[in-house]
Amino acid sequence: MMETAMSTEASDQSTPDQSTTAVNSSSAPFVELVGVHKAFAGVPVLEGVDLRAARGKVLTILGGSGSGKSVMLKHMIGLLRPDAGSVFVEGVDVTAFAERQWFEVRRRIGYVFQGSALFDSISVYENVAYPLREHLKLSEAEVAERVEGCLESVGLAGVGPKMPAELSGGMRKRVGVARAIALRPQAILYDEPTTGLDPANSRRIGQLILRLQDELNVTSVVVTHEIELCLAVSDRIVLLERGQLQVEASVEEFRVSTAPEVLAFLGEGDGGRAPRVAASEGGSHAG
Amino acid sequence: MSRLRERVEGIGDRVLAAVGVAGEFFMLGVQTLRAAFRGDFPVYQTLVQFNAIVVRSTAIVTLTALFTGMVLALQTVVSLTRFGAKPYTGSFVGLAFVLELGPVLTALMVSGRVGAGITAELGSMAVTEQVDAIRAMGADPVQKLVLPRVIALTFGLPMLTSLAYILGIAGGALIAQQYGITANFYLQTVINVVTITDVFESLSKTFVFGWMIAMIGCYLGLKTTGGTVGVGQATTTAVVTASIGVLVSDFFLTKFLMLV
Repeated sequence: MMETAMSTEASDQSTPDQSTTAVNSSSAPFVELVGVHKAFAGVPVLEGVDLRAARGKVLTILGGSGSGKSVMLKHMIGLLRPDAGSVFVEGVDVTAFAERQWFEVRRRIGYVFQGSALFDSISVYENVAYPLREHLKLSEAEVAERVEGCLESVGLAGVGPKMPAELSGGMRKRVGVARAIALRPQAILYDEPTTGLDPANSRRIGQLILRLQDELNVTSVVVTHEIELCLAVSDRIVLLERGQLQVEASVEEFRVSTAPEVLAFLGEGDGGRAPRVAASEGGSHAG
Repeated sequence: MSRLRERVEGIGDRVLAAVGVAGEFFMLGVQTLRAAFRGDFPVYQTLVQFNAIVVRSTAIVTLTALFTGMVLALQTVVSLTRFGAKPYTGSFVGLAFVLELGPVLTALMVSGRVGAGITAELGSMAVTEQVDAIRAMGADPVQKLVLPRVIALTFGLPMLTSLAYILGIAGGALIAQQYGITANFYLQTVINVVTITDVFESLSKTFVFGWMIAMIGCYLGLKTTGGTVGVGQATTTAVVTASIGVLVSDFFLTKFLMLV
């Protein structure tokens, strides 16, 4: 928050027009991190991360708890700023953007929080309507139509009047997704979308990610430590460990990878049943 | 030697941390001021906060002012009777309430009730990522959360203090009557000594108190980390800091107002 405070003050020094003069090629990845470093209280979390999220594809960032996956995701939407390195969104260097410059960027990116982060003092309907009221001048009927459409997309038609506290964990996650897609974003960032959910709800979230990918043709970045979800939804997979990307691969390459980092992450090679094989045999997570 | 060095470094770290906090608090103040003059003023949220902060504080302010006025009159009338100065009871109670007790007691009660509430609410939002969610949706948490509370409390506290003046003096009148001082005479002695300037100077302090309580509550709320334990700690810190802030600033503001 205070990071917000500091950054807003810088808004007078760099104008939003800078963004229009930068490269905005459709061939550029939607989001790109270049040599990003981040430390908290002197403890390094990211140590020179390079990452490209291609347009219209699903990129999954895999890694153990505390490996810095969420930190990386937050850099993509300006909730955190790198200590060193650069962040590009649609080819535009947004590293030094002030908070107010980020407002426009964030309209194009939906963010699904790990704990849903629904506003618990207002109804589900108002939660989903929040970004619409904030950015679009729509009539109440149009807002209602958009909200119902979003809730229907996530399989929660009719729950608008409920309060977030009345929903199950899985439903809250899906409301979080509905809120993230309300502005019809070009990209959706999912922070641990299935953590804490039972297998049925996890599957439902996986299916939802794929369906939104098809319907909205968005760029998706999924942060997770769950291999089943990863294999089910991804076009590309990166493995983050010790603050650096250890492996980048397609799903097929990842399935057969014998890289020590992959084996170590999956706990394979110790005589146990290989999670990748189990996931494959169990059928697609999403499907 | 190394122990001395550690101590010096420790002091240095604490000074730097304090300077950092002061800088962040100042920046939050600047952002709030900017948000107030940016377009799209949050009228609805401000009215909601005015209701939550001011209207719902009237009961506690009423009780505090009424009973403090009554006990002050009781002590005063008994004490002054010893010196044959009982007729001055109204003057004493009126001056005490308007100059100090009204603004300070109201501010302390509000900082306990409202300052804690603001910190707990924003702190809970911060630790559950709701504040980040506002940012992620391209909105400004300062405009959405801080500005309405600061405006409501800055302009609401003088109103509550005005209520406290009336009720405190009225409570005193109830007691004074039981000791043979008529309500008319009591009120006349209040009006004779309490000037309009006293009232305005006293009320002017409450704008500062209200701003300070809201800003401290919001700042500590937004800075909250560490889950529910962190929310509890931030809330306690907010009440203590705001209360001390009210008492300390009251002295300096009073001194300043006496000079101008």
